[in-house]
Amino acid sequence: MTDLGFQLKGSVVTTILLEIQTLSLESIVAQLREKIEQVPHFFNQAPIIIDLSKLKQDLPLDAFDTLIISLADLGLGVIGWRCDQENKPVWFSQAKIPMLPASKARPILVPEATPKDTGPDVVVKTVVEERLVPQATKVITKPIRSGQQVYAEGDLIILTQVSAGAEVLADGNIHVYGALRGRALAGVKGDTQARIFCKSLEAELVSIAGNFMLSDALRKIIWKEPAQVVLIDDSLDITPL
Amino acid sequence: MAKIIVVTSGKGGVGKTTSSAAIGTGIALKGHKTVIIDFDVGLRNLDLIMGCERRVVYDFVNVINKEATLSQALIKDKRTKDLFILPASQTRDKDALTIEGVQAVLDELSEEFEYIICDSPAGIEKGAQMALYFADAAIVVTNPEVSSVRDSDRILGILQSKSRRAEEGKEPIEEHLLLTRYHPERVAIGEMLSVTDVEDILAIPLLGVIPESEAVLKASNQGTPVILDQESEAGLAYTDAVDRLMGEERPLRFLDVQKKGFFKRLLGG
Repeated sequence: MTDLGFQLKGSVVTTILLEIQTLSLESIVAQLREKIEQVPHFFNQAPIIIDLSKLKQDLPLDAFDTLIISLADLGLGVIGWRCDQENKPVWFSQAKIPMLPASKARPILVPEATPKDTGPDVVVKTVVEERLVPQATKVITKPIRSGQQVYAEGDLIILTQVSAGAEVLADGNIHVYGALRGRALAGVKGDTQARIFCKSLEAELVSIAGNFMLSDALRKIIWKEPAQVVLIDDSLDITPL
Repeated sequence: MAKIIVVTSGKGGVGKTTSSAAIGTGIALKGHKTVIIDFDVGLRNLDLIMGCERRVVYDFVNVINKEATLSQALIKDKRTKDLFILPASQTRDKDALTIEGVQAVLDELSEEFEYIICDSPAGIEKGAQMALYFADAAIVVTNPEVSSVRDSDRILGILQSKSRRAEEGKEPIEEHLLLTRYHPERVAIGEMLSVTDVEDILAIPLLGVIPESEAVLKASNQGTPVILDQESEAGLAYTDAVDRLMGEERPLRFLDVQKKGFFKRLLGG
């Protein structure tokens, strides 16, 4: 078997969408420059997609090419463009950058240095290209020992114990079918719906989406009993199972 | 192929060397050709416990560095047939141990011996990692107190993640818990963790419980492995542990408070 020198993978990237609403490209570029100067770090080397779907008139190809160059001068990297599928420009197959399929976009909050009026011509939107796919559950069959750290991108299921001094983290839920003596942090990427379940709650720390509770507090609620940890209104709720 | 058994603990002073000497001797007494290697380079103790300190000429590091052959460095035990000791170097440090060097020595020993006992240094650093890297089985020596148990838990994690078996994805190292310096009287009054407590926290099979015994200190000072003292509880408990290691069933002994009186009165229990 020969070894490939590369691997092809799919990836989801959040990018900035530049929705063009008028044909006055020069003024768009000028307004955009002003916006970038306010918050240069936000736009530095940012990948950007040009969206023509809101444009009522036809944009000539040479104007489109000029726009790409102007954006590059502003430090933005144009990675593609898209338009209304029903209303493609005649030159759509000749564009120098990839044409992307249309998808739903939601407005992003651009950090404003000063609340200046940037005019109606430019709307910056962020686009999540695909929906997040739930990550596979990680199942651990051996005890997590002191000093070990286990992280799961989805749910984490541990069939035995988590020792004191060990740390288990998951973007999703954490299930421990043994004693939970170490630290357990669920929803580490901010999922407030994540929960922790364990057969015997003896944890040093439990946390859901950054809201944590230490063993001293846990002892007063439930200790060495089956329990679940849920986040309700920014505070942890420990209930028996 | 020899079976490589590491005697380890994380924490110092819990009885690794005493246990290595006793268990190595016990296995040899059963007629298996056994070598005990002292991995505690720079803090050589095994030779003292085995009473062969005056016969050390070459050591483990000399063999690794090819300054001596294995047969020159191996010390034959005078009391027990089939038992050999490979002493550590007292003048070097743990950096003298290399994976390749240790592997070469273990490979050569494997041709001749049935059991190789690696007496690990304390800690979780290079010396300890070298001692456990090639192991097939581990005896985790633990005292019935929280810090020792925590450190044993840590070393169990390292056995699972940093050993050759773990790295090559082979069957994991066989784990055995050896609880030493057990004091039934102090357990009874709640000053020490019980066998059940420790088993519950570490969740590995129990190989044996060695009671705290004056015979251990006496044996160390005399340079005789305590297992040879068959009058002492500790000696008998080590014999049981070796039998279990060889797959025999032995009931646990010396776990209950036996002598009412002196200790109980002294400690107010």
